Amino acid sequence: MVAKREGIEVSRAIAIACKLANVDVVAAYPITPQTHIVEDLAELVADGELDAAFIPVESEHSAMSACLGAAAVGARTFTATAGQGLELMHEVVYVASSMQLPIVMAVTNRALSAPISIWGDHSDVMAVRDTGWIQIFVENGQQTVDNVLCAFRIAEDRRVLLPVMVHLDGFHLTHVIEPISFPEQSEVDQFLPPNQYPLPLDPDKPVAMGDFGPPYIYTETKKAQEVNLEAAKKVILECWKEFGGLFGRYYSPVEGYQCEGAKVLLLTMGSFSETAMEAIDKMRKEGKKVGLLRLRLWRPFPFEEVRQAVKDAEVLIVLDRALSFGYGGPVCSEIKSALYNEAKKPKVVSFIGGLGGRDISPGGFEQIINRGIEISQTGSEQEFEMFGVRE
Amino acid sequence: MTKRENEITWKDLEIGCIVTEPGNARQYRTGDWRSERPIFDKSKCTKCGLCYIFCPEGCIEQTEDGYFEANLFYCKGCGICARECPPKAQAITMVEEEEWWQKGKE
Repeated sequence: MVAKREGIEVSRAIAIACKLANVDVVAAYPITPQTHIVEDLAELVADGELDAAFIPVESEHSAMSACLGAAAVGARTFTATAGQGLELMHEVVYVASSMQLPIVMAVTNRALSAPISIWGDHSDVMAVRDTGWIQIFVENGQQTVDNVLCAFRIAEDRRVLLPVMVHLDGFHLTHVIEPISFPEQSEVDQFLPPNQYPLPLDPDKPVAMGDFGPPYIYTETKKAQEVNLEAAKKVILECWKEFGGLFGRYYSPVEGYQCEGAKVLLLTMGSFSETAMEAIDKMRKEGKKVGLLRLRLWRPFPFEEVRQAVKDAEVLIVLDRALSFGYGGPVCSEIKSALYNEAKKPKVVSFIGGLGGRDISPGGFEQIINRGIEISQTGSEQEFEMFGVRE
Repeated sequence: MTKRENEITWKDLEIGCIVTEPGNARQYRTGDWRSERPIFDKSKCTKCGLCYIFCPEGCIEQTEDGYFEANLFYCKGCGICARECPPKAQAITMVEEEEWWQKGKE
């Protein structure tokens, strides 16, 4: 069945996805570029179109704290934030995953201050990299809606019970109007069963949550958490497969574009990939064996899929939209580390670009690829190059 | 809790480390934090119960004969009972654990 597509702003589409998922609680604080998502959700609740509690908290720290409580009683819980908001929320972000509370959060990726930037990059993502959440990147509006629905399904799965972040680029995705196909309510109800948290807070069956862990047990709690997050990958793959079967759109941890026979691969995360595809198309037409990899599943990190995807390439160019100061590109460093012990691996070249909302055009991606090939042959004195920086 | 605390593996943990057994904190031995222990002298005790009231750990219990004693499974050795025991009675003395064990050996 081909559903009718509707032209809609991606932020508003997320609110509709939450309505289709029939969320019970939304606790959020508005911050650019996430604002339209929660504004629309507040409106849906106020208009009686969505039977949910909208909690207008006083900060992101409180937003996530309220989400903990909501998820703990077994409510389907959603929030959204970005940049500085995610930073203010930071300590509670860890608590959500460690307490295994299935919260879904849309992160509309934004650069971090200073200087103040409301525009997009992945600095905020990298600061929450190690928080134990499942993290999925999307590239366009349709993928956003699809993966918000999948996120609830994955998070609430009895075998997972972990919070999920859906990362979408601020402005480049949040504020664009795209043609999006929404599933019917009945289809969502079939795909997404009611949330049944196995040990909710219940006065008739008291439990204690978030207790303290003395040295004799803390190590075991972290081992359990790690095993659980790694095991979630199987469920994520299952979920994407079932979603694809129902709606005809399939997702994978690492997705390729024009990768067949490619000797040079470019790897990106997020919405920039769609611009990079244009550069790849042009270069392919010129007979250059280039391809594009898009890293969709950021956590748990898809080691096997990454190794498999690059095994026949000679050069792998990684574009980071964040900078780990004093080190380099965070995605690139993880890719390098995943390949280090492999016998056959491409040369890896690191670029950083698209910071604080700066665009990279198709021509820019072509330059990155050509410069990457050059560096792979000549070597470079730098660990990474910042694309487009004025010297 | 059927296993001792040093026998629990990561596989034994409940979802998100949720505690499903109400009141199981009573299984947590806080007594091994202690560096001093209170020694109660019944001959001086007036059974006033101030030690029982002031113990922040709630670990002082009244025995059938009306005297008081500290439950050493929980007693952290803070010494508040000895401090609050009325000056005229001075029925509680704090003794270094090491000293007490040495004495026991002799």
